[in-house]
Amino acid sequence: MKEILLGNEAIARGAFEVGVKVVSSYPGTPSTEITESAAQYERIYCEWATNEKVGAEVAIGASIRGARALTCMKHVGVNVAADPLFTSSYIGVNGGLVFVAADDPGMHSSQNEQDSRHYARAAKVPMMEPSDSQECKDFLKKAYEISEQYDTPVMLRLHTRVSHSRSLVNLEEPQEIVIRPYVKDVSKYVMMPGMAIKRHIFVEDRMARLALDSSEKPGEIGLHKMLMKSASLGIVTAGASYQYVQEALPEASILKLGMIWPLPQALIREFASKVNRLIIIEELDPILETEIRAMGVPCEGKALLTLQGEYSANMIRTAFSNEPNATGAIPQDLLMASPGRPPVMCAGCPHKGLFMALSRLKVQVTGDIGCYTLGALPPTSAMDACVCMGASIGMAHGFDKATDGQDSLHTVSVMGDSTFLHSGITNLVNAVYNQSNITILILDNSITGMTGHQQNATTGLNIRLSPAPAVNLEALCRSIGVTSVSVVDPVDTYLCQQIIKEKLAEKHVSVIIARRPCALIPIGKGRKEDRTVVNKDNCKACGLCIKMMCPALTAGSDLKPVIDAATCNACGLCINVCRYGALTKGGRKE
Amino acid sequence: MTNNTDIQISSSEKAGNDLPLLNLNIVLAGVGGQGTLVAGKLLGFAAMKLGLDVKVSEVHGMSQRGGSVITYVRIGSKVYSPIIEAGTADYCLAFEELEGLRWSGLLKKGGTMIINSQKIRPLPVLMGKAEYPADIRETLEFAAADNARIVEIDALALALSAGSAKAVNMVMLGALSYISEIPLAIWEEAVMEVFSQKEKLIPLNLQAFHFGRDVMR
Repeated sequence: MKEILLGNEAIARGAFEVGVKVVSSYPGTPSTEITESAAQYERIYCEWATNEKVGAEVAIGASIRGARALTCMKHVGVNVAADPLFTSSYIGVNGGLVFVAADDPGMHSSQNEQDSRHYARAAKVPMMEPSDSQECKDFLKKAYEISEQYDTPVMLRLHTRVSHSRSLVNLEEPQEIVIRPYVKDVSKYVMMPGMAIKRHIFVEDRMARLALDSSEKPGEIGLHKMLMKSASLGIVTAGASYQYVQEALPEASILKLGMIWPLPQALIREFASKVNRLIIIEELDPILETEIRAMGVPCEGKALLTLQGEYSANMIRTAFSNEPNATGAIPQDLLMASPGRPPVMCAGCPHKGLFMALSRLKVQVTGDIGCYTLGALPPTSAMDACVCMGASIGMAHGFDKATDGQDSLHTVSVMGDSTFLHSGITNLVNAVYNQSNITILILDNSITGMTGHQQNATTGLNIRLSPAPAVNLEALCRSIGVTSVSVVDPVDTYLCQQIIKEKLAEKHVSVIIARRPCALIPIGKGRKEDRTVVNKDNCKACGLCIKMMCPALTAGSDLKPVIDAATCNACGLCINVCRYGALTKGGRKE
Repeated sequence: MTNNTDIQISSSEKAGNDLPLLNLNIVLAGVGGQGTLVAGKLLGFAAMKLGLDVKVSEVHGMSQRGGSVITYVRIGSKVYSPIIEAGTADYCLAFEELEGLRWSGLLKKGGTMIINSQKIRPLPVLMGKAEYPADIRETLEFAAADNARIVEIDALALALSAGSAKAVNMVMLGALSYISEIPLAIWEEAVMEVFSQKEKLIPLNLQAFHFGRDVMR
């Protein structure tokens, strides 16, 4: 039976078919739907982990205990999980263990464009790279075989265009879930120098064997495909790039790699010997190219194609072929430039009122990863720095120490509830212990928002929406030693402003929890009868509400506000902002 | 139907089956929340029912926050790249006028754009930093000259008369169904499949689909 599945859904299906027992991941675009889909298979234990390192460690534990285990993350998540990844390479596995890393060339929804393939090389683990949904499933299943056969964790590298493209997948019957017997083995599972020295020898031998077998059994171990056509041009490629090559260069011979690390050197030499010109087509870094050149095989690659962004068939056609790209029906040079459409905070977004307060206060803001990073953009433009998950507290503390506490009078750090749990807690401990004066805002919207509404340890629900213990953020902060913990509703934007101002003046670490659920989740939906209505007689057309840039509120021709009732979420922020009582609750029930 | 490259690929890969020779590139351009992802999924079902290969490429992440959202649907005997490149789209469904303008370069010669007359003003316009372009349909028609067809419909009004503003996507697909090569029965089955988990929504969505189809007559 065939079904049309997202690459990510196909990974989850593969996990089901291959008898995966445990999945533990932290959400991150473009990897999130793998774990969400896996949770729909009842027999798989699935969870949202606190962060990627935790997810990886849970999967490592499940593997050592004999279960097939999976952990999925976006490319920057691998940075967080790198510590366990590198040593699990030495330990190997009992039940099969797979790390999925989803890269985002072109940065559709990421803060950088790093190439996860570096990690496979650095951690000395095999890596497979599928190019469509069917391969997502097939490669994942093969990854478990390889993992157990060669005693190694396996990385599977995805890519936005593979994760988020739907294509046809052949469904197969699921295997039984098998829990292998666990036998205590200190020399394998306890990595201290004496044991690790021996395991390192094993790792190097394992990778050499894999490289050899990948060449000698290209279909069975490497999942490589050699498609010989013209001898004049030979392309080595993998993953999404393969699809563009097939489209752009139908006459070229292609060596499509399945397992992209370690490289099947003999197979590559054989292919190179059959073609006159060898070109490596890989998005992001020249990893294959560098390695193939180091083998002494002449080839071209990044001299012809960029290190940056996504490739396309057109880009490849332009670089290598004489065939012109299609000219469209509508000449673009005749069209005026279209104004951009950047993402905005939604109608009813709880972050808006808080960022308006920060904007009015004109404070320095160290920011973090989440929907609220949009606060850096107009109309609030209230962010100075944003690096990675959890960094906002550390950065604010850095501002404090760099200025002997002076900047803490006008600097706040901002992070969401899920980000705080992910990697803010250790930062908070550090700031309290090292006697910082910083003011920390935790934007508790009761969900992990940006990645599409996943539950987390503060929400009281687990991945399958069953009740779960909820972390009490106030109690947690107090237990760390924060003496000043306040809670405010961010819709009370002027109250937020006042509290932030007070806390900035205090000489210790202050935490302000701005608490209101995301407007897009059921508990965050406002009541229809509370929607804003305009009393035009009171309105002075001052424009204050228009400047909020709420998607539900626009200016009419008389410059007075017009409310789009279907979009208004009844948060009441505009009502709080209006000085003339021109905006009130009172939308009618429909 | 499509460029030379596609034909070469499909003839070399197809060998020995009797699938209809149909290669379609369909672009769905809109604003986050307009239902383009569901429309893309539905087209995927339709292609599957035709026994054809299909790729539907989405970009998630920013889609719920009112950003520009583009979905590519490629249907054929064998589809490689999930991306539709400039000048190769047979059909472009623009769920919003400005998005129609933005993605118009994807339309191929001989292609058709169905454009929803709805205007959703983006942030730079709301802030007074940019103007919402006037007369988008006329601009597109002038630029396309005889090279493409631009059809404007009021999908929002039709969706509302079917019972929900959320059914704009079904109106747009209904309009496409009237001019596309895919048989009506396949479309209707695909509508039912996409809402198979929410069966009570099927009548409303089928009605919206037919409103869109009828308006093209």
